[in-house]
Amino acid sequence: MNLVTFSGPPSSGKTAVIIKTIESLKERNLSVGVVKFDCLSTDDDKLYEKLGVAVKKGLSGSLCPDHYFVSNIEEVVQWGLQNEFDILITESAGLCNRCSPYIKDVKAICVIDNLSGINTPKKIGPMLKSADIAIITKGDIVSQAEREVFASRVKTVNPKAFIMHVNGLTGQGAYELSTVLYEEDEQLETLKGRKLRYPMPSALCSYCLGETRIGESYQMGNVRKIKLNEQ
Amino acid sequence: MIATENIATKKINTLIKEYPFLEDFFENHQIDVKQNGQHSIESYMASVNEEDREDFAMDQEKLVSAMLSYIDQMMAFLDTKEDKGVESLTIEAGTNKKGEAENFEALKISKSEIICIVGPTGSGKSRLLGDIEWVAQKDTPTSRKILINDDIPDKKWRFSSSDKLVAQLSQNMNFVMDLSVYEFIELHAQSRMVENEKEIIEKIITEANKLAGEPFDPETPVTSLSGGQSRALMIADTAILSSSPIILIDEIENAGIDRQRALELLVGEEKIVLMATHDPILALMGDKRIVIKNGGIDKIIPTSEAEKGFLTELEAMDRTVQLMRRRLRNGEILTSLK
Repeated sequence: MNLVTFSGPPSSGKTAVIIKTIESLKERNLSVGVVKFDCLSTDDDKLYEKLGVAVKKGLSGSLCPDHYFVSNIEEVVQWGLQNEFDILITESAGLCNRCSPYIKDVKAICVIDNLSGINTPKKIGPMLKSADIAIITKGDIVSQAEREVFASRVKTVNPKAFIMHVNGLTGQGAYELSTVLYEEDEQLETLKGRKLRYPMPSALCSYCLGETRIGESYQMGNVRKIKLNEQ
Repeated sequence: MIATENIATKKINTLIKEYPFLEDFFENHQIDVKQNGQHSIESYMASVNEEDREDFAMDQEKLVSAMLSYIDQMMAFLDTKEDKGVESLTIEAGTNKKGEAENFEALKISKSEIICIVGPTGSGKSRLLGDIEWVAQKDTPTSRKILINDDIPDKKWRFSSSDKLVAQLSQNMNFVMDLSVYEFIELHAQSRMVENEKEIIEKIITEANKLAGEPFDPETPVTSLSGGQSRALMIADTAILSSSPIILIDEIENAGIDRQRALELLVGEEKIVLMATHDPILALMGDKRIVIKNGGIDKIIPTSEAEKGFLTELEAMDRTVQLMRRRLRNGEILTSLK
């Protein structure tokens, strides 16, 4: 199974991009599962269900959604393996701009949109800086000049990223994205012992204290678990 | 590749002197160059207290490695500026949605040519554009193959962010930045790192004013331009300043802009122009038109002399419509179509 983590600021078009990409993946007969992480509520799971995609949602409530993500990602991976997905996609809330729980050697994708303003790329921290692929959305409503300026700003902030333009409404670029997401010889069994790309900001659990390793034995303090067995 | 040793201990000022474009990089990584020019990256990082380092997610190793990639890419970019560019684009046939072979073998489009694309909504126009943008190598749903200068294209067209093959202009595009016309083009010019910035900005404004029905001055905020003025500016800017050799136009509304002149400008800047349109005047201005059906190219029709002959008549009709529109707007009562 491949694991792909999507993040990006709220309303940047993450769900729309993922949905269009899944349509292309399904045409190649790949099975896909999605876990949507959010803070207080989300209806995105219904959109995935409509598409016939197996989906789980995890709401972090009073906890930092990114801490909540990393406390649950191993269990999420095991759920994906049980369901024998070819690709498991996680979508984060991407609320604080300070961080994003990308994992070393797991494909990390950041979605940002042309309308967010040309100073946004530098305001987004590791969420953009340490992503492998930066996806720029909403290109159909701004001028060519603004698209070029925005892309060049993104490149300055993260010169290593592969920058793609995807339109979440028309699906333009989604087929292309689907081809760089899945790698057949990549077989993830567990994330135990893997590390985050960047330490998270402080809060109240072991990850607040700088822990980057994944797995229950590294988790202390205020840890909440996702309910994967409920229907 | 540049020498990677000692780069973290070099003064930021020295680095900027060697690579002027790094100023932008530091700025976007929120390092104040004026205040910290005497620092090296190492001593700068040491001068930031741990709390701030954590708050702003700074990491020396990652910063240096990002900077090295940036330098490499910018050097490569500056190097290829002298490239001979895209002389021609060739589309080799694939299949339509039903899996049937397309009705042509190969279509070669040279620069300064205008090709129109016609066909109902959902017929596969976007997929054709997608194939060109992604420089398809029989690896998209249509199995088409794209050649550039009669050759298998460089990978950069697919993977580099500064070399995009296709620029797009469409009806529902807007300016969203709160800048004057001059500042707006300046910003675009800076991101493209052109040398004769001032000259180019003036040229774009002059050309845009030639296209627009009502002229505008450089101090006008881009967001208060009229529809025709906006499109005129977008076209002039894309023609002169965009790095992309291919321009895709999705209709040009016939109001407040000289469309023929707009196309002449694009063609004069040696662009390949693809235009999705059902407007007969625009369609007949093209050298050929591609008819799309069921996701595949069904026909390629060269615009014949006979068809071009209708152009004069169509344009006369168009002028009449425009004239009537102007009269109605002025509160006149129409008494004849002359």
